Amino acid sequence: MKNLLILGAGTAGTMMLNKLHKELDKEEWKITIVDQYKTHYYQPGFLFIPFGIYNKQDVTKPKYDFFPPGVDVIFSQIDRIAGEENKVYLENGEVLNYDFLIAATGTQTRPSETEGLKDKLWYKDIFDFYTIEGALALHKKFKDWEGGNLVMCIPELPYKCPVAPIEFVCLAEAYFAERGMKDKVNISYVTLMSGAFTKPVASKMLGDLLEEKNIKVIPDFYLSHVDNENKKIVSYDEQEIPFDILTIVPVNMGSDMVKRSGLGDDMNYIKTNKYTLQSDQFENIFVIGDAANIPTSKAGSVAHFAGEILMENILAAMEGRALPAKFDGHANCYIETGHGKGALIDFNYETEPLPGTFPLPGIGPFGLLKNTKMNHYGKILFRWIYWHILLKGKELPIEADMSMAGKKRI
Amino acid sequence: MAEKTIAGKQINVTDDGYLEDMSQWNEDVAKEIAKEIGIELTDKHFEVLNYLREKSAAGEALSIRSVGKSGVVDIKGLYKLFPKGPLKFSSKIAGIPKPTSCV
Ligand SMILES: Cc1cc2nc3c(=O)[nH]c(=O)nc-3n(C[C@H](O)[C@H](O)[C@H](O)COP(=O)(O)OP(=O)(O)OC[C@H]3O[C@@H](n4cnc5c(N)ncnc54)[C@H](O)[C@@H]3O)c2cc1C
Repeated sequence: MKNLLILGAGTAGTMMLNKLHKELDKEEWKITIVDQYKTHYYQPGFLFIPFGIYNKQDVTKPKYDFFPPGVDVIFSQIDRIAGEENKVYLENGEVLNYDFLIAATGTQTRPSETEGLKDKLWYKDIFDFYTIEGALALHKKFKDWEGGNLVMCIPELPYKCPVAPIEFVCLAEAYFAERGMKDKVNISYVTLMSGAFTKPVASKMLGDLLEEKNIKVIPDFYLSHVDNENKKIVSYDEQEIPFDILTIVPVNMGSDMVKRSGLGDDMNYIKTNKYTLQSDQFENIFVIGDAANIPTSKAGSVAHFAGEILMENILAAMEGRALPAKFDGHANCYIETGHGKGALIDFNYETEPLPGTFPLPGIGPFGLLKNTKMNHYGKILFRWIYWHILLKGKELPIEADMSMAGKKRI
Repeated sequence: MAEKTIAGKQINVTDDGYLEDMSQWNEDVAKEIAKEIGIELTDKHFEVLNYLREKSAAGEALSIRSVGKSGVVDIKGLYKLFPKGPLKFSSKIAGIPKPTSCV
């Protein structure tokens, strides 16, 4: 029997488990998956919790619900991968051998990386919505908040789902407008980037959208520390911004397991070939999802597209064939913009997000880089697709490679 | 792509003024680009520039954070040396490609 080992049972690991379970000969391959936690969270749903649109139950399911029968499941912290020995050491003392390994340990928030963040205002006036705890605490805060300065801050790159903070401020604007608090709440969007988003065309579109909603964009602000006494955020070049509520995307970093394994960059992202999805260091290690250092968005949709490429390549590698498939960095993100509308962007390594329709040229039904009601339904539908199609490794009617059909070059 | 005369040398630069070829760089080129931006280069500047060039030549992606952890200069110091554009200006003056922040 040969061993396939999957590290991390989040979005990407669970999806690959289901895909490979269907494909591999059960007489020949034993599949094992390891994760530290038993609960699967639908992370895109965290965004809606502060506004009472989703509750905890809506985003929570046991990981076991998504594991096919006949798979070995181990719940333990992973200590490290020893690539030279083809072994993985677990914190519970177990040592696992592998012939092939898929690393899908994702990225996690690290509030302790920023001075003054996890201090006395943490979860009192300072919140993240990138964890279930943060999202729930913020929901409680918003319920009886009387208004003031709401500051959304992005302190470091990369972070997962780069559009989530934009969606957050749009939803906040709508939420307080509906409560008749438009004049009592000032929202600003503070980022280390030079605009609302990294890619120029989308940055302009999203920047304009925020401006329309009276959300102030403050670019080029690189957060140094949080001043808890005076309720201010301070940048390295000594700009100061006062807040009443600070919402922040804490620094994102890959698992310390990656560091202990010697496979990562300085943010603990695994050095990965951006086309083949193979580790730069070991031929029998493949990487998928947020854990990889490939230059595209860290998003579930990217993991989905990459999954099809990874399938082809790992099956070829298992049979000793050359790797046939090449990932293009395809990302596809629905952007919730509030008041029942949404925008959609679709891009890859080479092509930035462009306007047009998706997935059918001229028809849609989704409008690219446009603010429409239909795009909002796309986002809402995404939760159903996530639980029922994506995690189960089923096919979606969208190609893995990005298509230029329906897009306008500008 | 355009050609530009910098410090008496014909140099290929991108539309936003970054060197196309880091081997066309020398200290005088650095000084002239810095002057255009409004920065007077000191030894400390060159220490940082040389570090950036080394890392870039080794194919490493640079971030303000990684430079801040390099031991050459901390982030505050980097902002003092290259106000308003700690990585953008330093990369331009170091003759290396424009930093890409991935999404
Ligand atoms: C607020 C928010 C909104 C988002 N919105 C969207 C969206 O609209 N669209 C979209 O496509 N994506 C969105 N995303 C991103 C998406 O959720 C992630 O990109 C996706 O979950 C990544 O999957 P993954 O498997 O790589 O990582 P994860 O799903 O995070 O899984 C990693 C797993 O590895 C385990 N693990 C890590 N280290 C260890 C260790 N040392 N030992 C044991 N186990 C370990 C973890 O417990 C976890 O279960 C959003 C994310 C957030 C936070």
